[in-house]
Amino acid sequence: MTEVAPTQSPAPAGEITLEAGAGGFGNVENEATVLGIRQQTQFGDVRRRFFRHKLAVVGLVMVGLVFLAAIASPVIATRPPKAQDLTNTLQEPSSAHWFGTDELGRDQFSRVIYGSRIAVTVGLASIILALVIGVTLGAVSGYLGRGWDAVIMRTADVFFAFPLIIGAIVVILVMGRGVTPVVISLGIFSWATIARLLRSSILSIREAEYVEAARSLGAGKWRIVTRHVLPNSMAPVLVYAMVSVATAIVAEAALSYLGAGVQPDVPDWGNMISAGQKFFGFKDYLWFFPSMAVVFTVLGFIFVGDGLRDALDPRLR
Amino acid sequence: MGKYVVRRLLQMVLVLFGASIILFLALFVIPGDPIATSQGEGHQLDKASHDAIARRYHLDQPLPQQYVGYVGRLLKGDLGESYSYRRPVTTIIREKIGNTAKLAVAAIVLEIALGIIAGIIAAVFRYSFLDVLVTLSTTVAIGVPTFVIGLALQNVFAVNLHWLPLQGQQAGRESIILPAITLAAVNIALVARLMRGAMSEVLRADYIRTAYAKGLSKRVVIMKHALRNSIIPVLTYLGISFGALLGGALITETVFNWNGIGLALVGAIQQQDNPIVLGVVTYGVAVFVVVNLIVDISYAFLDPRIRLE
Amino acid sequence: MTEPLLSVEDLRVHFHTDAGVVKAVDGVSWSVAPGETLGIVGESGSGKSVSALAVMGLVPVPPARYESGRILFKGRDLIAADEKERRAIRGKEISMIFQDPLTALNPVFRVGHQIAEVIQAHEKIGRIPARAKAVELLGEVGIPNPRQRAREYPHQFSGGMRQRAMIAMALALDPLVLLADEPTTALDVTVQAQIMDLLIRLQADRGTAIVLITHDLGLVAGHADRVLVMYAGKVAELGTIDDVYYRPRHPYTLGLLNSLARMDQRRTDRLRPIIGQPPSLIRVPPGCAFHPRCPFATDVCRRDVPALEPKDGPDHLAACHHADQVELQQSPAAS
Ligand SMILES: Nc1ncnc2c1ncn2[C@@H]1O[C@H](COP(=O)(O)OP(=O)(O)OP(=O)(O)O)[C@@H](O)[C@H]1O
Ligand code: SF4
Ligand SMILES: [Mg+2]
Repeated sequence: MTEVAPTQSPAPAGEITLEAGAGGFGNVENEATVLGIRQQTQFGDVRRRFFRHKLAVVGLVMVGLVFLAAIASPVIATRPPKAQDLTNTLQEPSSAHWFGTDELGRDQFSRVIYGSRIAVTVGLASIILALVIGVTLGAVSGYLGRGWDAVIMRTADVFFAFPLIIGAIVVILVMGRGVTPVVISLGIFSWATIARLLRSSILSIREAEYVEAARSLGAGKWRIVTRHVLPNSMAPVLVYAMVSVATAIVAEAALSYLGAGVQPDVPDWGNMISAGQKFFGFKDYLWFFPSMAVVFTVLGFIFVGDGLRDALDPRLR
Repeated sequence: MGKYVVRRLLQMVLVLFGASIILFLALFVIPGDPIATSQGEGHQLDKASHDAIARRYHLDQPLPQQYVGYVGRLLKGDLGESYSYRRPVTTIIREKIGNTAKLAVAAIVLEIALGIIAGIIAAVFRYSFLDVLVTLSTTVAIGVPTFVIGLALQNVFAVNLHWLPLQGQQAGRESIILPAITLAAVNIALVARLMRGAMSEVLRADYIRTAYAKGLSKRVVIMKHALRNSIIPVLTYLGISFGALLGGALITETVFNWNGIGLALVGAIQQQDNPIVLGVVTYGVAVFVVVNLIVDISYAFLDPRIRLE
Repeated sequence: MTEPLLSVEDLRVHFHTDAGVVKAVDGVSWSVAPGETLGIVGESGSGKSVSALAVMGLVPVPPARYESGRILFKGRDLIAADEKERRAIRGKEISMIFQDPLTALNPVFRVGHQIAEVIQAHEKIGRIPARAKAVELLGEVGIPNPRQRAREYPHQFSGGMRQRAMIAMALALDPLVLLADEPTTALDVTVQAQIMDLLIRLQADRGTAIVLITHDLGLVAGHADRVLVMYAGKVAELGTIDDVYYRPRHPYTLGLLNSLARMDQRRTDRLRPIIGQPPSLIRVPPGCAFHPRCPFATDVCRRDVPALEPKDGPDHLAACHHADQVELQQSPAAS
């Protein structure tokens, strides 16, 4: 239901890439097997391959800068983000106002810097939420199987029926606008792919030799899951989560742009683009800088995700 | 095959059931008194007329009964109506579906033409300059949010070059060009990547070597033997994304003020006309699920290994 | 021996990979005459498939490179030929069948169509007669009910039937040479025998030259006229079946034969006969590549690459510095 569907609605994209072994995450079952056999001992290898990947390092730097902006906003910003200055409205970018000012005279540079806080918070928190739900349900589904599996996977199907933005809009309708509703809405409409990925990954790993060995040594189910199965099935999930952070940041900006995200007065990239559009064609810096902020952040996470994928499974290059 | 179709149908019913519960709960727990809200700020209702309205919208019944009524109405094609305008959602959808469909078709044509070709080229000339170009441009296309793409295109082609209209549909045929590109951009990139991955994998298959061993030309091997195998997942993806597009392109329609379902939905969100929002969402989910089913079944038709099970 | 139909001369195919240069085929020569069967044996990775694929022009270039050699077919050098010329030969005059019939057929096209396709690629013939010819061929390779089977997809065929279909495809245009790369390895023992019988029968009818690549010394003994033993991308020994099996002149061949004698006949499909691993083709040992595993090895073996030279007679070649001793110590040695 939304044109950003593929990035924003990971459901179809995720699923198809599984089948095609394509652009995304490759054939997860094979990948899991490969990774499973390799075990975690090769962490050093993974790290080495990641840092050899130039784009991944660039991505890491980009993401690092965004985090820095978020943490140190008050230091970096030249004004308070909500401070109005009615004598200095709609100023073009200048040495005083690097990104210009809006119709209330608010300093756009400071607002873009503060905007990173929303982006980072929503991106991380919503994916952490999705990971908590998705990993728990995926592990239960993959490891306990049977009835649990059926119920959880059918539930996941239901959540797949909602493209991300649409699902989020429903939740926000109920909870109202704001950071928390956005985080929750993106989280509960992102867990399903994670659960599926983890489940298929677990299914291929639980038959692996070392799991069999642990089982024959009498290790308990829970111990087997947490000590042996999970660590070895997480690779595709982590790659997916990294890209999902980018997806969530885009979705948040889109929701705010559409008027269904955070409160309109919050310094937020989506809000700024939406507000700046009123002056489209003559004050283009108003939407340009926040747009570039979104692009910068999103590309950073995508590069890191790509690098992580290649590092975890060089076969997929 | 028959069994497969039946199983998928049952699955779809289950999904729609689950989705309807979520939507119903949303409708029910939306904060505030919908009746009071619908009367506008500061307008007090007496008890009698309040109850009358409650009866009209079945708000006086217990929850399960309301749910049954809700599903019954959905099955009859009643997606509810706006509290404030008293206009059925289905009417709104009927008015806008043409515009949304036009845009969706234009976008899917671009996705097929550009995405598939770029993917094939990248796979066939793997690691060449063209491949790197495709990989880079798809990464960027995926990284740039749709509304930014739209704004940038507007700025360049409408504001600066005056080649194409900025917004709306008044300018005739040309007005669809920018929205279609905007709507398709991310999907073109994803289709290209998907195609590249599927094609590179298939090109390593034994049967491709067999095809060459038969003395077939490279063109026939790629465009017939390899394409026929690698296109199946790509078509599935295209089908699914088309289903999503038919539900309305929220962002593109907003950026270009394109009078489709997505724009209606965004308008309703901004006016807090919740029944319209939920009605349109319900429609979108239903279309999405049904198109997915059709795609899954056609997938089976394309792959004899599934068809003949 | 009649004039060779196809001869490979000093062929070198090297893969330039990230890990280094893989000398998959490194100075190999052999030939086949019309109606003759040449067996090629050797451990996994010794370069058997790559040499056959090189004849077909199907080695991926890059990463592969033809470092030297000629492939002469009817007086023309195929390596020097352009793609169009090679394509006209592939599938028509020289064809190939592969080890794994499960994956060698395209899963989304009907079997009959895949056979008709090779006919149509080389002959001016309509779709319908090509289909009819495909059905006829399926019948000829022993597929019951060929008319109906032609309309089925590969996954509806058993492994043996798929290999029969591959054979039908390969022999559709009566090629002069058939390269059979482990045609029976993936099949059950009884099916293996049937497929070999089929190949032999078709060969007798058409006078096809067959290059039979296999791990199975027994198969070669039963069906080939001459045998080529490959080791680490090079020829270790070449000669008639009688010469090589009864008077081996290379310690590697000797080891293979000893292990064959020791093993149950039925279980000879995988050659793992000699102590030690075949060398990495990136780092081939200096001198004779076999020396780390050879019970006859001396200093000269570690230093000089032995030349492939006639032993006993002009048609029995071996590449070993101590070929004479091989005969002397024949029976109990090498084990
Ligand atoms: N595309 C390729 N890229 C790199 N190396 C290759 C490639 N194809 C083959 N090789 C290498 O060439 C060597 C010879 O391979 P080849 O397939 O000819 O062996 P083989 O004798 O047929 O073995 P098997 O009995 O296992 O089929 C192997 O070491 C293999 O790793
Ligand atoms: S040359 Fe030497 S090492 Fe090589 S096979 Fe002969 S005896 Fe053995
Ligand atoms: Mg081989």
